[in-house]
Amino acid sequence: MTAPARTEPDTTAAHEATGAPAPVPGGTAIRHGRFEHGLMFVAPFLALYALFLVWPVVLGIKMSLTSDNITGSGGEYVGFDNYTEALSDPDMWEALWQTVWFTLLSTVPLVLLGLVMALLAHGLRFVDWLWRLSWFAPYLLPSGVVGLLWLWIIYPADFGLADQLLAEFGLHPGIGWLTDPQYAMLSIVITTIWWTVGFNFLLYLAALQSIPQHLYEAAELDGATAWQRLWHITLPMLRRTTGVVVILQLLASLKIFDQVYIMTQGGPDGATRTTLLYVFEEGFTGYRIGYASAASYIFFALIVLVSLIHLHLARRTRQESTS
Amino acid sequence: MLGSAARLAGLVALTGAGAAGTASCAAPSSVASGKTPLRYWHLFGGGDGVTMQAMLDAFEAEHAGIALDAAQLEWGAPYYTKLGMAGAGGRAPEVAVLHLARLPGFGPGKLLDAFDLDLLAEYGVRPGDFPAEIWDRGAIGGKQYAVPLDTHPLVLYYQTEICEQAGLLRADGRIKTLEGAGEFVDALRAIRRVTGRPPLVMETTGADAAGPARVFATFYAQTGGTLLDDTGTRLTLDEDKALRVLEFMRMLTHDGLAVRVADYQGSVGIFNAGETGLALNGDWEVSTYLETELPFSMAPVPTLFDRPAAQADSHSFVLPHQEDRGGEANRAAHRFVAWMLRHSADWASGGHIPAYTPTLSKPAYLKLEPQSEYRHVIDYVALDPPAWFAGSASLMWLELGHIFSGVFTGSRTPESALAEARAGLKKLLDTPSPLGDIPAPGGDQA
Repeated sequence: MTAPARTEPDTTAAHEATGAPAPVPGGTAIRHGRFEHGLMFVAPFLALYALFLVWPVVLGIKMSLTSDNITGSGGEYVGFDNYTEALSDPDMWEALWQTVWFTLLSTVPLVLLGLVMALLAHGLRFVDWLWRLSWFAPYLLPSGVVGLLWLWIIYPADFGLADQLLAEFGLHPGIGWLTDPQYAMLSIVITTIWWTVGFNFLLYLAALQSIPQHLYEAAELDGATAWQRLWHITLPMLRRTTGVVVILQLLASLKIFDQVYIMTQGGPDGATRTTLLYVFEEGFTGYRIGYASAASYIFFALIVLVSLIHLHLARRTRQESTS
Repeated sequence: MLGSAARLAGLVALTGAGAAGTASCAAPSSVASGKTPLRYWHLFGGGDGVTMQAMLDAFEAEHAGIALDAAQLEWGAPYYTKLGMAGAGGRAPEVAVLHLARLPGFGPGKLLDAFDLDLLAEYGVRPGDFPAEIWDRGAIGGKQYAVPLDTHPLVLYYQTEICEQAGLLRADGRIKTLEGAGEFVDALRAIRRVTGRPPLVMETTGADAAGPARVFATFYAQTGGTLLDDTGTRLTLDEDKALRVLEFMRMLTHDGLAVRVADYQGSVGIFNAGETGLALNGDWEVSTYLETELPFSMAPVPTLFDRPAAQADSHSFVLPHQEDRGGEANRAAHRFVAWMLRHSADWASGGHIPAYTPTLSKPAYLKLEPQSEYRHVIDYVALDPPAWFAGSASLMWLELGHIFSGVFTGSRTPESALAEARAGLKKLLDTPSPLGDIPAPGGDQA
């Protein structure tokens, strides 16, 4: 299944449909058609896209209908058995719930903090590079470094940095940050916020800098307070960015894996066992690649659903704001 | 969050697969020099890793004609994923390490090649040199797929100074034999009077916590209970016996006789800091405590229920499947395995009980203190049932570890944990082995 083979017949169809002159038969189409020229430029990308995205997706669907194992040999066709098994497995639902719970816990602070940090950095005119650097820096670290950093330095009960800080404020230390089911997910959320909030911060900062200065000048002439300027100019002008930030954050949070894999491996007591971890365990510890594929396609459907809902909401807001 | 490429790269780096990938794909440079290439994968880190490396160095020094290329990979599920996929591709290393209880799920004949017993005998190792039960677990369908190197049971560590103050030591400095749950609990109370803290520590929670399942398996085997039948296909969980054990486990943490929340590293740290008199853990942690000069010794887990038993698994050597196994490289693999076994007194310094019985009577082993103190455990070890989902770092351990952790920490009652364990085992039994039907282990079952 190569990209050109599939798209070429479509060009003719497109020409016919639009009423544009049909390509001259006999192989001269390349000289005349703009489409083919364009295709030449995008072909390398299309080939990679087909090879590394389209083909694995097709292969994955095929595998999810078999009892394929990790050796890739001897998987029999089982129809939708894997899907029905996954949907009736309480562990799968538990993992989905953990994923959604993580997403809810992380998305709200990540978006709000990103905004607040950007507003602060935008307002602070002195050593502004320092704010930008310090808030964005964690994002540059690889997940392995972040995981181990928090695992070994911040979270150990009693002697970790987190407990030490709490003790400074006279609070009772000794929290099992990663060993107590009650706190484990929260700890992963805190780590994630520290690690990734810089990205949202940067998006907001860029958006803030593109708001025309004359709006503020006009508002000031009208006697608007700082609060009113924020509420009636800045935030509405950031609406689009917020939409982008929220959807990117939702999708990123749903895909939570690295931190959990490194820091808790789904424990303690399954408290941080998210969907991707469930897929990983079933597929790579249990060797059931077919089943793991089915579980990941169910998850895929959930992510598509979230994206569609967002798309729908975004369209409605856009219509409202233009009407 | 990073992109999936970065994520993948991180994972690869984490599992150590990066190093192994290079090792397996590159043509051994030694071919040109006329040496026989011998690639070996193992999962020994920490103290075990140091011991293994010393043995590998010694082997290399003695075998000039063999170019040994050893790769240490991340312990646990990632190791088995990597090893399985290498065998599936037929491009595996010549020899590797596998937990014996993982063998039934590891596709003997598909992912693993059988040993040539004549070749092993040529290098001085025979089936009669091993405890029959452990040797037979390495055989499937009449062929030997795994050759055991050691047995590593759950053992009792004791802090000698604290135990002496608590009056638990005999005249020779060894811990008294504690018979039955009553005596054990009395001993714990005596220690608590000395330290003023919970007197026992073991892994009760944490990432991939296997400790709770190991402790349960030990005491449950002491009651005579089994999880599955000998073929690993039928649930034989005895509710009364299991409940007795779970209630005992709950009592330990609930009554302050054991540290309630301790992950693996925490449990090692707490014992090492002298906060408890006793610790239940695998024998391998001896290297850690020897390094810190903690006053301690080791003993078999006391018999609290009806008979002596201790949960155990065995590190064993296997021959991962190669399309064209044979020739000099295969000979070198057998020679390597035999050499390691004959030198397993060195390996025993890391705490494991050698499976090669001639070693057990060697002075070099007997003078190892405290490693030789619990060597008799080998006579009553409780191995995992022979099922595809059992064995170290397997699905069963993940499942039972989660559940029994809850009994220690208090998030589950013994009754609810039992119901969950039953459901979990049932689910695993109902799932067909992903690698297809595999005959139960055993020497003569062809």
